[in-house]
Amino acid sequence: MNRTALVWRLASFAVAAGFIALWQLIANLKLVSPVFLPGPDRAWAALVRGFSSGDLWSKLAGTLEHMAYGWLAASIAGIAIGAIIGSSRTMRTYVAPSLEFLRPLPVSAIIPVAIAMLGLTQAMALFVIAFGAIWPIMLATIHGFAAVEPRLYEVARSLQMSRLAVIFKIALPSASPDILAGMRLSLTVALILSVVCEILAGLDGLGHWVLLSARSFRSADLFAGVILLGVTGYVTSVAMSLAEHRLLAWQAAQQ
Amino acid sequence: MTGNSAKALVLPLGVLVALEVWARATHLQSDSLAPPSEIVMALFGAFADLSILAATRDTLFSAFTGLAIGTIIGLAFGIAFGIFDTFNRLMEVTVEAIRPIPSIALLPIALIALGFGYRMEIVIVAFACVWPVLILSRAAVRSIEPRLMEVARALRLPPAQRVWKIIIPAALPRIFVAFRLSAGIALIVAVTVEIAINPLGLGAGIMLAQQALRPDLMLAYLVWIGIIGYALNILLTVAQRRLFGRAALSGDSP
Repeated sequence: MNRTALVWRLASFAVAAGFIALWQLIANLKLVSPVFLPGPDRAWAALVRGFSSGDLWSKLAGTLEHMAYGWLAASIAGIAIGAIIGSSRTMRTYVAPSLEFLRPLPVSAIIPVAIAMLGLTQAMALFVIAFGAIWPIMLATIHGFAAVEPRLYEVARSLQMSRLAVIFKIALPSASPDILAGMRLSLTVALILSVVCEILAGLDGLGHWVLLSARSFRSADLFAGVILLGVTGYVTSVAMSLAEHRLLAWQAAQQ
Repeated sequence: MTGNSAKALVLPLGVLVALEVWARATHLQSDSLAPPSEIVMALFGAFADLSILAATRDTLFSAFTGLAIGTIIGLAFGIAFGIFDTFNRLMEVTVEAIRPIPSIALLPIALIALGFGYRMEIVIVAFACVWPVLILSRAAVRSIEPRLMEVARALRLPPAQRVWKIIIPAALPRIFVAFRLSAGIALIVAVTVEIAINPLGLGAGIMLAQQALRPDLMLAYLVWIGIIGYALNILLTVAQRRLFGRAALSGDSP
């Protein structure tokens, strides 16, 4: 980062700090009832209290666990199914249109069905998260497989590579930017669905925490939970960008 | 092409027939599944007593009002950020701090501040719709052909006219892409809020059907929500193609 960029960054942080000061001022002057809007001081105190008593740690761990398991399951299944569909023209013509039809379905609408099948359980949450997160990954994989440079397939044919070898050596690497972009989208979906499932099923996690805090009008705890969810969203997406950057470095070098 | 669309129908029709036969053959007694024929009957029933239409109206009203508010806010900030680079840089940290908050996490805040009903749902939908519009319209404004801006300067257009006559028309195709994305998000968020907590609309309808142990009605709602999502997507895609033709495709990445 060069000098001017650093200065701009600092100025930008100063502006954000200004907004927080404004928030504090509004809270101090009680322009909005403190029942709804705690000041940043109280939200921060609630965060510190929650972490030192260990409550927030376990809630955060619960949410991260739901998110990670669902997302990983979706990634593995999505890439596998996407590879099967994407690597065969016949499968694409038969299956892809149905998938395109299902894509705009609001995935949360599957929650009642999952509750009816699995009850208000951990398994229900994992099913819903995986089901919601699989779409972007699977469709991206299919798209990536369909967009592989046809000459690479010709090379594979003249080298008489097996279908598995073609998938692992040619199609997956060349579709990896699409797949990783799909996985990044899914990360957000997984976080949102984790929160929704925790709210609905009362599973241990930040979703449950914010709802309980709201129900008992503990607004400082509520804001602490929301801030933590924002941090979770931010950190996971930054981590995903870094992973993407590392994994795709070979491609950037090629171009 | 007709051959391909016939092939596309094979899978869904096959699944439907298989489900129907399986459900009939095993005399299915389930709280979560129902034969397709009963789902269709339940859907007609819900249309006949107008319950599903009222729920659709509630959901779409919340989704579209939230979408309109979110689009206006996102557009205003997006264009301002695109034009004034200083402003954009100063606000960067603030925007990056608020954006990753999952929209649904605001639900409890909206709940205690506004209570159940349309307003809290609209606020959450609006929050979710701001970001795609803001980010894409900022990028669209930045990528406007610099010569257009030179023309505006040469004509000494006042800032309001510059926005209205040059910037918005030039950026409109990509702004519409953002609007299309946001419209999909609006429907998803509205239904999600209703399923999670708000006793209103299609989401509440499907939860109620589940709790009443009516799998046929629950799945009918699911099918109907799917149809609405699909129709909205088709409508906006066609509108985009009609209004902007190939110009819109430039900003459209999957």
